[in-house]
Amino acid sequence: MSETPLIGDFSPAPDAGLSGARIGVITFPGTLDDADAARAVRLAGGTAVSLWHGDHDLQGVDAVILPGGFSYGDYLRAGAISRFAPVMEQVVDGAKGGLPVLGICNGFQVLTEAHLLPGSMIKNNHLHFVCRDQKLRVENNSTAWTAEYAAGSEIVVPLKNQDGQYVADEKTLDELEGEGRVVFRYVDVNPNGSRRDIAGITNAAGNVVGLMPHPEHAVEAGYGPDSSAFGPVGVRGGTDGLGMFTSVLKKIVGAN
Amino acid sequence: MPRIIVDVMPKPEILDPQGKAIAGALQRLGQTGFSAVRQGKRFELTVDGEVTEEVLEQARHAAVTLLSNPVIEDVTRVEVVKDATIGVSE
Repeated sequence: MSETPLIGDFSPAPDAGLSGARIGVITFPGTLDDADAARAVRLAGGTAVSLWHGDHDLQGVDAVILPGGFSYGDYLRAGAISRFAPVMEQVVDGAKGGLPVLGICNGFQVLTEAHLLPGSMIKNNHLHFVCRDQKLRVENNSTAWTAEYAAGSEIVVPLKNQDGQYVADEKTLDELEGEGRVVFRYVDVNPNGSRRDIAGITNAAGNVVGLMPHPEHAVEAGYGPDSSAFGPVGVRGGTDGLGMFTSVLKKIVGAN
Repeated sequence: MPRIIVDVMPKPEILDPQGKAIAGALQRLGQTGFSAVRQGKRFELTVDGEVTEEVLEQARHAAVTLLSNPVIEDVTRVEVVKDATIGVSE
């Protein structure tokens, strides 16, 4: 399905050869960014499939996105209750078998609670909700979700969270660093006190990635950040997040 | 009815931003007798009938699987209390 531009077609047409790749986007009670994540998949040229937290069914998708929001109102701990949702059994099994899985913000929190990624997120060190266009460095471009970026390149995507401070014990942090599993690092500003400026990590196999910032909010000219790390852009012209979605789509169709 | 109390605290090595904010507020209120505050969670699990060893074991299991995240929190108490003691000092 092609996406109708909201105000004018400023974005390049996606690669038509990617439409066969089906990406599932899970909706939990309290998820906010499922529609944006699905739109990002479509803008990148793929087919988005809505998945429901209460179903034991991934509908045969080629990859899964756990979007941002406040699933179950962040009650108990962010992601703690969603982790036990019926669909998570299939997500955990799939992830262990190599299925590409991306957790954004609350989705990242769900992935840590489900033990698919190490560490956890606690309240921002300054205790305030933070919303800003955030510069990140792509530290690892060999994951299923980052192959479109050059290693060491920088991107600008929105960040918005309350419980975004990434923590893990020193041994785990050293392992992540030593194995190259820090995928994204905050640049210029550490917005929430995350250990070692970590914004996103991957599992050892590179198919599961979680990050706090929101690449799906930087995929469409006219609705993205006011800046891009790749050069000057117009007002809200930043689309630096799109590469995450084209990365996984190209991997699925075998173009990467 | 008896209840099982489960207390969960942030691990000592984890910075507790909420506790820190509370400590700051106490200072501002002139209540300066405290050098630090850490904020935890208390769960009260109500049991229909007798608290058997099996039920208590279930509570211990719940404490480390759902009620706490071992990466950032410790379970500091799993204990049965009689209903009459709820809400008063134990």
